[in-house]
Amino acid sequence: MTTTLAPAARTAPGAARRPTAARAPLRDVATMTRREARRSLRSIDGLITAFALPALIMTVFVVIFGGAISGGNGSYIDYVVPGVLIMCLGMNSATAAVGVAQDMTTGTIDRFKTLPIFGPSALWGHVIASVVRNLASAAVVLLVALAYGFGPGAALGDWLGFVAFAVLAVLSFTWVSVAFGLVLSVEASMSVNMIFLFVPYLSSGFVQVETMPDWLHGFAENQPFTPIIESVRGLLMGTPDAGTIVTACVWLVGFLVASVVVGGVLYRRRTAR
Amino acid sequence: MNDPMIAVRGLRKSYGRTAVLRGVDLAVRRGEIFALLGPNGAGKTTTVNILTTLIRPDGGTATIAGADVVKDPAAVRRSIALTGQYASVDEFQTGEENLVMMADLAHLPKRVVRRRAHELLERFDLAHAARRRVGTYSGGMRRRLDLAISLVADPTVLVLDEPTTGLDPASRSQLWEVVRGLAADGTTILLTTQYLEEADRLADTIAVLAEGTIAARGTAEELKALVAGDHVRVTFDDAASLATARELGVAGLDAAEEDLRSLALTFPSAEPVRAIRDVLDRAESRGLAVAGVSVVKPTLDDVFLALTGRSAAERTTGTTDQPAPEEALR
Repeated sequence: MTTTLAPAARTAPGAARRPTAARAPLRDVATMTRREARRSLRSIDGLITAFALPALIMTVFVVIFGGAISGGNGSYIDYVVPGVLIMCLGMNSATAAVGVAQDMTTGTIDRFKTLPIFGPSALWGHVIASVVRNLASAAVVLLVALAYGFGPGAALGDWLGFVAFAVLAVLSFTWVSVAFGLVLSVEASMSVNMIFLFVPYLSSGFVQVETMPDWLHGFAENQPFTPIIESVRGLLMGTPDAGTIVTACVWLVGFLVASVVVGGVLYRRRTAR
Repeated sequence: MNDPMIAVRGLRKSYGRTAVLRGVDLAVRRGEIFALLGPNGAGKTTTVNILTTLIRPDGGTATIAGADVVKDPAAVRRSIALTGQYASVDEFQTGEENLVMMADLAHLPKRVVRRRAHELLERFDLAHAARRRVGTYSGGMRRRLDLAISLVADPTVLVLDEPTTGLDPASRSQLWEVVRGLAADGTTILLTTQYLEEADRLADTIAVLAEGTIAARGTAEELKALVAGDHVRVTFDDAASLATARELGVAGLDAAEEDLRSLALTFPSAEPVRAIRDVLDRAESRGLAVAGVSVVKPTLDDVFLALTGRSAAERTTGTTDQPAPEEALR
């Protein structure tokens, strides 16, 4: 049996691989984040979800529903921006579920797991790329809102608080989506965004809870999206309420920790399907 | 270094009540191409997943280059590379970006990352498509990129899980050539396949996996010898001659397998030349119309059918253990 080798010489065996340095985990996460950034920037679907959809949703609520809901006095936009913002951040975070599900289906995750790399770096790549994508998306939502006449009352400190809160919310939403992506098929993972599209409607984000039927009050007042959206409302209007923000952070950190733990276990256990 | 690069002893794995692996033993030498041959569901991918640290075995041991897959998975990951059943390349990245990403993940020094990527693109005949997104690649190109990616960190053991499934014949031979070249350079290769031709043409050693155990192992020639050597095939001009021929008194002919469509009798024979002479002599004296004779060499197909057919029958009767291949003949 003769062998034919292309002219390009191999690197000397063993010379290619270096012992893992202490910085290696950071390099792994950075590499994976670059990968996810490319996926986001090169996917028409992802770009529409990140930038066009939020602008459209804002338009629908302010221009089309706004007049009817507020009775025409024009202040509805100040009420609805936080709800739209959180809804958009959620739907945009849910994109991560599709990316993770694709990686599971194509065997990419299996290959990553056979590499001597920092284990969950592939998942963190999704999460960090999602945070960056979402901050850009939030900026678009706010610019569109300002163009429609949104008048935030936030001081610098409130804005900084808002950015920190938004990052926490996106971390939490994205990790939940990543955990779903590890168990769902690609098709099913595409509906994870439905959670973020519909559950916020049943909160104080779009209309006040008192206007809902009585049987919905219990859920609407106590579900996580109500304190989350109220926190954003308080920060953007310059009237933050510490109690509400703490409640919201407890929910967000709870979801975050639970899905990091569950996601980590699923990632180690599950192989390509 | 005489220790095998891959050493597997008594490997067991069950999912619920289904025993997928029931005691698999393997030994693969450095630079060897070792094929794990078996039908779907025989446990090939489960074996691969255990050897590549993706899942843990229920029992038994497996070491790669001396490192235990359960006790020291990090060391195993430093010496292996896996090319899975799918071409696990990112469609949204270019060929070059895919390779650079894997070189980064292999922690190659930054200054050699790009050089290594270009070297591999060149070697796998992908340099012309380096800056195109993989989404536009053909199936063969994706497979080549997939293999190139596996080689980024110069693995000492390369695991290929059904590497040519879905490839056209030309791409398949091209991939075989690459694999042979790697083995010649000292890379140890474990590949799974359900294609007999692939095992026959490529592998130094073949292990037939059936029902979670190794039913037989050896070179392609050794395995073929298990099917008790040659067969003699005699064809006749008419059905009457065929029917009468069984009574000619030639060893094995009375129990020959009959093919009425082509009017042929086929039977195993330790001395095929003598059997053919006997058949022709006696047929002539009885006035039978013989159309042709030939010696049929066993193929790996025969081995495979004999081994896997036998173990499928065993499952229904409840007996296990390794079947004796000699008894598994038609």
